[in-house]
Order: sequence, then C-alpha cells, then structure tokens
Amino acid sequence: MDLRGKKVVLHDMCLRDGMHAKQHQISLEQMKSIAKGLDEAGMPLIEVTHGDGLGGSSVNYGFPAHSDEEYLKAVVGVVKNAKISALLLPGIGTVDHLKMAADLGVTTIRVATHCTEADVSEQHIGMAAQMGLDTVGFLMMTHMIEAEQIVEQAKLMESYGANCIYCTDSAGYLLPDQVKERIALLRRELKPETELGFHAHHNLSLGVMNSLVAVEAGANRIDGSVAGLGAGAGNTPLEVLVAVMDRMEVNHGIDLYKIMDVAEDLVTPIMDNPIRIDRDSLTLGYAGVYSSFLLFAKRAAAKYGVSSRDILVELGRRRTVGGQEDMIEDLALDMAKARGLI
Amino acid sequence: MAEKIKAAIIGPGNIGTDLLMKALRSALIEPVWMVGVDPDSPGLLRAAEMGLKVTAGGVDGMLPTMKADGVQICFDATSAYVHAENSRKVNEQGALMIDLTPAAIGPYCVPPVNLKDALAAGSSNVNMVTCGGQATIPMVAAVSRVQSVSYGEIVATVSSKSVGPGTRKNIDEFTRTTAGAVEMVGGARKGKAIIVINPAEPPLIMRDTIHCLTDDEPDQDAIRKSVDDMVAEVQKYVPGYRLKNGPVFDGNRVSMFMEVEGLGDFLPKYAGNLDIMTAAGLRTAEMFAEEMLAGRFSLPTLASV
Repeated sequence: MDLRGKKVVLHDMCLRDGMHAKQHQISLEQMKSIAKGLDEAGMPLIEVTHGDGLGGSSVNYGFPAHSDEEYLKAVVGVVKNAKISALLLPGIGTVDHLKMAADLGVTTIRVATHCTEADVSEQHIGMAAQMGLDTVGFLMMTHMIEAEQIVEQAKLMESYGANCIYCTDSAGYLLPDQVKERIALLRRELKPETELGFHAHHNLSLGVMNSLVAVEAGANRIDGSVAGLGAGAGNTPLEVLVAVMDRMEVNHGIDLYKIMDVAEDLVTPIMDNPIRIDRDSLTLGYAGVYSSFLLFAKRAAAKYGVSSRDILVELGRRRTVGGQEDMIEDLALDMAKARGLI
Repeated sequence: MAEKIKAAIIGPGNIGTDLLMKALRSALIEPVWMVGVDPDSPGLLRAAEMGLKVTAGGVDGMLPTMKADGVQICFDATSAYVHAENSRKVNEQGALMIDLTPAAIGPYCVPPVNLKDALAAGSSNVNMVTCGGQATIPMVAAVSRVQSVSYGEIVATVSSKSVGPGTRKNIDEFTRTTAGAVEMVGGARKGKAIIVINPAEPPLIMRDTIHCLTDDEPDQDAIRKSVDDMVAEVQKYVPGYRLKNGPVFDGNRVSMFMEVEGLGDFLPKYAGNLDIMTAAGLRTAEMFAEEMLAGRFSLPTLASV
C-alpha cells in the first residue's frame, strides 16, 4: 500500500465517543487538559459533546457530568489552533442545539443518521451549511447496507449542503475489502469537491488497517481517538495510526511523541476500565451491533442475570440501530422471563 | 338507526384513508366528505367509491355546501403548513376541527388523559400531538397522577416505512411538540422526547419506552395499578396497545416498555404509530359527538381558539 504524500485530516473522538466509555462523566478539567494536549500535538479537529451528540443528555443514554454548553465553552477556550466539532443526531438533538453550538464557537457540525435515513437530516444539514459551518453528513452502521445504497443516501446529504460525507463503521464490523468498496464507490459517485471520511470502532482490531484502506480508497478525513477512548473496544487509537502513517510517509501534521504522551499521561489515567477487545466488545464487531450498547448490555446482564453476549447477539439479530438503547433493558427482561429468572 | 354526527376528512392520504375506514364503523360519526387537492389521488377515488362526497378543490371545494350537508366535525390529516387556514375556514362554518397535523394551534388532546378538559373548555380546535405523544403520554400521566414527576422522557421507535416525508423533513417538530405535551398533558415538570427510525424488514411494530423520575420514592403498588388502568383505557380505542415490560422501579426511576400494534385497517399492523393517531382522532370526535347529540355542546357557542 503506497500512501506517500497523501494529506489526511485527523479528527479526535476521545471527548465525544470517549464519553460513552466514561458514561458521560468526563470532568471539565479533564476535557480542558486533554483538548490542550491534543491542540499542542497538532490535532486539527476535536469533537466535544455528550456521546450521543448534542441533546443526548437523557435517562435513555445517560445524564452527563456537565451540559454540552459547559463542555463546549470549556474546550473552545483552551485550544489555539484546533477546531471544535459537535455531533448531532436528528431525533435526539434539534437545530436549537446546533445554533447553540455554533454560537459557542463550534465550526464543524456533524449530522448523523442511520445509513438508510439520510432524509431526516435535511433541516439540520441545511441550517449548518447556511450558517457557513463545515457541514458533515455522518452515515452510521454502514455495514448494514450495500455500497450502492450508501451512495444514494450520501447524495441526499450532499444535496442538502454537506461538504463532507462520512462512512461510519459504528459496530466495528467492516472488513478491509468492505471499507475499500464503500469508500471507493463514494469517491467515484460524489462531487469531486465533497470530502470523504471514515470512522472506525476497534472491535475486530481493524481500526488502523481499515483507516489506511479508507485513505487509499479516497478518504481524506479519518476519525480516531487518543488511547482509543471510545464506545465498544474504542475508536482507532490515534497515536498508533499516527505512528503507522509516519512510517508510510502520510502527510498527517501530528507530532507523534506529543500525541503518545497525551494518550499515556492524560487519557489512559481517566479510563474507568481498560479499553480493550473483551468478550463483549468482540461480540459487537462479530454480530454487527452499535458500539455504545456495550455498557448498557453489561449492566442489564448484571441486573437480570442473563449473559451480555446473548443480549448483544440478539440485538444484532433484530437489526437494532443506533439510539435503541432502551431496547436493551426491555430485551434483558424478556430473556430473564423466558428463562424463569424473574 | 341512531343519530350520528356528520364529519369531513381533509387529506385523502394514508392517514385520512385509515381514519375513514375506522370512522365508517363508528356508532357516533358518519363521514360524509373527503377533501383533497389532487383529482387523481387514489384516496379520493376510494372515498368516492365508498359513497362520500369528494372534492379536489381543497377545503374551499367543500365550504359552499358544508353547512347544508350537516358537517359538524372536520379532521385535518394534511400538513402543519396549511392547517391554520383550513381550521379557520371550517370553524367559520361552525364545525369543530380535530387536528392530526403537528401544527398545534389548538390545545393538545390525548383522549384518556385530558379529553374531558378539552370538552369542558369548548375548544373549536384540538390537536392530537404526535404519534409518539399519543402512545406515551398516557403512561406519563399514569405516574404523575399518583405522585409528582420531575422529569418525563419518552423514546419512540418506529419502522422506517411508517415515517412519511412530512415528519422526515421536520423531525425537530416531533421532538419539540412531543416534549411539550409530555409536560403539559403528561404532567411532568420537564419533558424530553426522542425518536428512532429503524429500517428492519419485516418492519418492527412501534415500540415506546417511557421513563419518569419521581420527586419522592415511587409508590410501587399505586403506580402499577394506575398504569394498568391507563393501559385498559387506551386499549378501548387501540386494542394493540400493550405494556410489554415494567413498570420497572430503579431508585426514583419508573420505566415502562410498550408495543403498539395497529388494527391494520388501511395501514399495516406494524404502523401502530399511525394507527394510534387515527384512533385517537376518532375517539376524540366520538366524545364530542356524544356531547353534541346530548345537546350539551352546541356549535354556535364554540369559542374561537
């Protein structure tokens, strides 16, 4: 694989996707110190919000330690060069949240929908584009449909005003060839000026490999997370990706030793549990399940005495999509009843 | 045959047609008009075959003879954009408007919770909130009538096929309107609404989760009874309304997990979200009709909204 000289914009997720792994309890001081460290390492884009995006604060997804406003204000104030992005899932957050984020200095808005439901993003993408923001259409769970269908949905988002489209492997399920096929077709079919991104979860240990494949196939934005802090087995560990890209002479703009230090000294110490491929996160990748279901399944399993792996496999079989966290307790109750446990 | 109140349905789409099929079975409502804007619309043709008067000229096409035809109740199953104008016109003709769009210019109405208030207020326009609101607000109210609820949150999961283009273009309206009604009708001090769309095949039956946070420790027995009673009330007009699991008590959290299966009149059974709207709209009309027939609700005295 020859990626020499390719320019890649890296986007850190540890203060957004990492919120899942931290049950949305990262402190303002932790956010600030990590964001400052990332900024000094040359990270161009840092995402900050509740794990489920703006407005995610809820019983269903978890109440965060601080509001989106508080987190965004804190982080925007400490970075010098990095730009701050915010995630928004229509159906959870609204354009009111989007305006709030923009007012606080967020310059990139990423509007996320399930991969078949792009048309619910029209009002949010339209608004973000109209406000002159860097507007990203973020298609989730793209392992569930074929490349041609992804292109159709991506074109909708492009038509609403997105200047960048993400192919997101929310379950960490995609194999390298599937990433290649999806990104290559998107690159062929979307406008040449539309940027293309890839977001991985490391559940099958393919985060770094799939990100390289995505770059080779035409993606120019890559998500990852320092020390991998993210849902499931985490996102592509950025310090590892940077080291690999360094050796492959990719133009990534990050100071390797500095980002290694952020991972080791700032992010790893705040983890509640090691971010690793355990039995359950491996099941996510194997069964094609939304990565942030992980901790919910573990808790429901503990509460109702059923296996978290069984819960996750069943969620995959039922083709659940991102946001259906409420299904997990319901399903655990059904399973416990069926087994005579309650 | 017992006397019925004559009604018009505006909007011959999926919702309007499903409503028509339900209304044809009603002991209190007699649908006489179907109003559309497209002469080729299958819904208009179907209504004409069923013996209704039809027009493709919008509400204006019905207005000249509406009074003579005895129309006392209108259902609007069009869109929020044209609703206000439709409502003004039919109110002028002395008819009550039941709004199935998210326009919400009249008071919110969730039949088993506050229909009696709407009747007492003599509103000339009542709004049916949203599908998610109809499915979940009765449960929030079932808890809040037992003890104070500081926060009510609902998650509606619906099949991709049951979500029309209007909802998709303005999904924020769903979350805002539903959250507002969780507070105003459900009785939670703060409301939140989430909608998730799932494209699985075969389509999933509408499912709803309701979380309430109570101020004090939940009175489990009283809440269980209140929830069961409320489910039975909703089942009177939506037989496929089921409490799957719960109430689950976890500290001050009370959670209910529901499934809503439709009757499958015109819309498929999985589209319980659409069925509960048409059923609630008809239920509302029937309650008004009962009052009208008993002479307790006379149209000329209708207050304007």
